[in-house]
Amino acid sequence: MRLDGPVVLASGILGISLDVFRRLHRSGAGAVVTKSLSKSPWTGYANPTVIGLDNGGWLNAVGLSNPGAQNFADMIRPNREIPIIVSLVGSTAAEFEYMIDKFDECAVVAYELNMSCPHVAKVGLEVGDDPALVREIVGAAKQASGDSAPVLVKVGLGSSNYLDTVGAAIDGGADAITAINTIRSMAIDAELQRPVLSNRFGGLSGAPIKPIALRCVYEIASRFGDIPIMGCGGISNWKDAVEFILAGASAVQIGSVLGEEDVDIFGRINTGITEYMERKGIDRLQDMVGHAQRR
Amino acid sequence: MRRDGRIRDYPEAITVEEVIDETPTVRTLIFSDDIMSSSMPGQFAMVWVPGAFELPMSIMTATGRGRAAFTVRRHGDASTALYNIRRGESIAVRGPYGNSFDVRRGRLLLVGGGTGLVPLMRLVTHTNPDDDITILMGARTADEVFFDELASDLLSARRGAGSGNRDDQGSSHSTGDYNCGAGDYNYGTGSEAPLRGRVIVTTDDGTRGKKGRVTDILDAIVDCSAGGKFDAIYTCGPEVMMYKIVQTASRHGIFVQASLERMMKCGVGICGSCAAGPDIVCKDGTIFDGRHLLANPEFGFTYRDKSGIPTSW
Repeated sequence: MRLDGPVVLASGILGISLDVFRRLHRSGAGAVVTKSLSKSPWTGYANPTVIGLDNGGWLNAVGLSNPGAQNFADMIRPNREIPIIVSLVGSTAAEFEYMIDKFDECAVVAYELNMSCPHVAKVGLEVGDDPALVREIVGAAKQASGDSAPVLVKVGLGSSNYLDTVGAAIDGGADAITAINTIRSMAIDAELQRPVLSNRFGGLSGAPIKPIALRCVYEIASRFGDIPIMGCGGISNWKDAVEFILAGASAVQIGSVLGEEDVDIFGRINTGITEYMERKGIDRLQDMVGHAQRR
Repeated sequence: MRRDGRIRDYPEAITVEEVIDETPTVRTLIFSDDIMSSSMPGQFAMVWVPGAFELPMSIMTATGRGRAAFTVRRHGDASTALYNIRRGESIAVRGPYGNSFDVRRGRLLLVGGGTGLVPLMRLVTHTNPDDDITILMGARTADEVFFDELASDLLSARRGAGSGNRDDQGSSHSTGDYNCGAGDYNYGTGSEAPLRGRVIVTTDDGTRGKKGRVTDILDAIVDCSAGGKFDAIYTCGPEVMMYKIVQTASRHGIFVQASLERMMKCGVGICGSCAAGPDIVCKDGTIFDGRHLLANPEFGFTYRDKSGIPTSW
């Protein structure tokens, strides 16, 4: 899979305009993952959809708003320079096949199947919690994409064991795993005595989930060995990124940190990783992937 | 709370202390909030009406230490929910977000339509007494004119006592011809140096001030050489209006800034729903230089709907 660097824009973040992608790529993003696209356009939930929390985390229930696979494919069709990973969301194998076909003429470096969004019914985690369905969808997506682009599966913490989801994805032919998505959560305002998000439930992201995400990457790497992993969850700086790589990730994704920093954060994390490697005498990034697994 | 406590990302409940009916469809809600009160001109807040919606609102100035306000026109569901909030009721507010106007010195032209006047009012409070300020405001009809008195008061208040010069009663300015008599620029009292400023009103139907749109008389105002060339133009309002203003300003080589409005959800630059070309409006903006805007293919033509599909204005 073509990546221009190890720090990738996570799905759901800023992923809507090709001009913004260009800007992020120039700022050092190794690739960009699009917003999760569905078969037809979705408007998402009413505001409040995103809020910051006093513990440094972010809570969102945007509701997977997106312009639909066809409109999005039309927008990115001219692109050849930016490595774009297309995130897809749906309930059935047929939907994923349909969407992948729409990107026939687009330069897509990978597909990331969203099987972990924690706040929309019938998709995301509800799919991820059903290993048989995961296997079927991944198999169909692999068939549809053929040799054109690898298929990643993004997992999260649902009601079943997420390692079973990872196993099912690998059985279905997944080329890599993205871990993890936001964690189902909520906020209730004490003064107003009601949930803050219009959808009541949303996904927690940012610094508070980093130790959990790190644990998941470590567990996946130790259980499934050679499957490449994109680490995601609360990464805010180069040190976080290095920790995920040491746990077993070959690349990392960032998202919520963009709510607090400018887009040059990509370049700053890249520089930090490079300086760290120089200091530690590590020549290639892959040489430190999973290094913390040793005993 | 982050960045030295100057930004609050969690929507904090505040009580509306005062409600002012500006027009039959526009109200100003005043409240106490130190963080919002110290926001810069052009910054906005995400305002949640509990049980209804959250929407982006430009932060309005209010008299009294630690006070701020929102001025809302009832239009869609969200703005109507906010409009219907009464004194003593609670809303929740996070922010302030976005950048602010680059307030220049000298001869300034402020052009606003409707509630687009809000950030311009706060901008006036950041100008100097010796800046020469022309405020051009447009409305559909006389009943919908608001902030004209406030604008005059704010101009005067730049140096204690003084009286605003409201240029909306016709007289020599009732026709399309713009009279740039220098006398219009001077008012004030006592021995202090004269305050310089004026308020010009247009209405679509001519029931108040000059008949037509602000853009109809913009050229005449900008061309007027009596007071010297404008050093800067600031605008906020309907995008098609701002597009014309930015074009006029750039034709005359005048520094111009406009405040963009887009679909907003997060307000902090992560969700991407406010994207306009390469710009993330909530974070890079909402204020942009005219030169930058004219290079943005979406400015003046399209915005993205709730699902992110580019849509014509």
